[in-house]
Amino acid sequence: MLYLQYGENSEELKPTPATMEYKDYYQILGVSRDATQDEIKQAYRRLARKYHPDVSKEADADKKFKELGEAYEVLKDPEKRAAYDKFGSNWQNGQDFEPPPNWDAGFEFSGTGYTGGDSEGYSDFFESLFGRSGFSRSSGRTSRRTFRMKGEDHHAKIVIRLADAFHGTKQAITLNRAEVDEQGRVVTRPHTLHVTIPKGVIEGQRIRLEGQGMPGIGGGPPGDLYLEIAFADDPVFRAEKRDIYMELPITPWEAALGATVTVPTLGGNVQMKIPPGSQGGNKLRLKGKGLCSKTKKGDQIVILRIVVPVPKTDEQKKLYRKMAELMPINPRAELGV
Amino acid sequence: MTEKITFLCGTVLDEDASCSLAELCRMCGVHAEMILDMIDEGLIMPVRGRSPLEWRFSAMDIRRVQVALRLQRDLRVNLPGCALVLDLLDELEELRRLRR
Repeated sequence: MLYLQYGENSEELKPTPATMEYKDYYQILGVSRDATQDEIKQAYRRLARKYHPDVSKEADADKKFKELGEAYEVLKDPEKRAAYDKFGSNWQNGQDFEPPPNWDAGFEFSGTGYTGGDSEGYSDFFESLFGRSGFSRSSGRTSRRTFRMKGEDHHAKIVIRLADAFHGTKQAITLNRAEVDEQGRVVTRPHTLHVTIPKGVIEGQRIRLEGQGMPGIGGGPPGDLYLEIAFADDPVFRAEKRDIYMELPITPWEAALGATVTVPTLGGNVQMKIPPGSQGGNKLRLKGKGLCSKTKKGDQIVILRIVVPVPKTDEQKKLYRKMAELMPINPRAELGV
Repeated sequence: MTEKITFLCGTVLDEDASCSLAELCRMCGVHAEMILDMIDEGLIMPVRGRSPLEWRFSAMDIRRVQVALRLQRDLRVNLPGCALVLDLLDELEELRRLRR
């Protein structure tokens, strides 16, 4: 049994991934292995539009977009592509992979650099073949020593319960965050943040945490973290901006005669008056019972749903017939039938 | 022994939040010229203030600028294109909300 101890020589003991998945860059871009550079470019642009995280509603658009960027980074560059092609076509996407020794003999990648984008998210597969990006993005244009830049902003979605949005909450969130290690390389490590979510946040709203994004470059300030609020589905309540919608089942006599009933809200039960002569689908407003922040107020909108008792006994059926006799009504008059 | 946890308090970018031109530039990592171009294009609009020094931008505009910058960088969409995409995305979101 081997124990890894992090001591003075901890650099050499850094755990490396035991296996690595082969990435089929051609499959990711949906092109054949003999595709022309133009075909690769077109496929990339088409898919990049489809999976761009700001535009796409696909669940894993973020991941997909990064994968596309990585695939294109290799295939658009004839040298990298030729090196990659040396592995042959026998590999399956996701298969365990180890590059053969000296596979890159005769190829020179240094100085090629990166064209931009978030190269920090590239896979182990990419990094073991073409190296880590580090800060090479800046090379070529500006001398590394004088280059100073604010770190990239980080964007993350956080799903909270409606009740938490109503009351405000404190949450621990874990994000993969890039950090600069002792060698000046960018490494990704999971990082837990404890965040206060004030009461009255609404869906789609963002919370900006200054300085919690990516580290700055060359002594520049770190980027910011933006948390976008999303709500978990709730069996009873539904939020629309600051208003909370819910459906309230009532009896025909409560609707007809009026009643005071108990209604759940995110802040607990309240008593609500149903006016006489209410109809199913009518909306009643409970002021200030929606998502309220310090300055903005939301309401709870109660939608009435009339539940009709199913008559089981003869006596119950007789009562319905009596109602038909005493209160004749054509509810379809407006339809002209 | 219990570990002391510090909870971070961020700024909620809600309807009340607004920022100056300088803050907007700093948050989005761009020069004022870029913001002026975006205003010219109708992509964003200061909510109040007559001169650039007095301008205030809504939190929604911070987001619009950031998305526009990413669309420019990742998809090479030009500014009029970004304005169009942002408007269509707003409309799409509204339609999705109504369908729910």
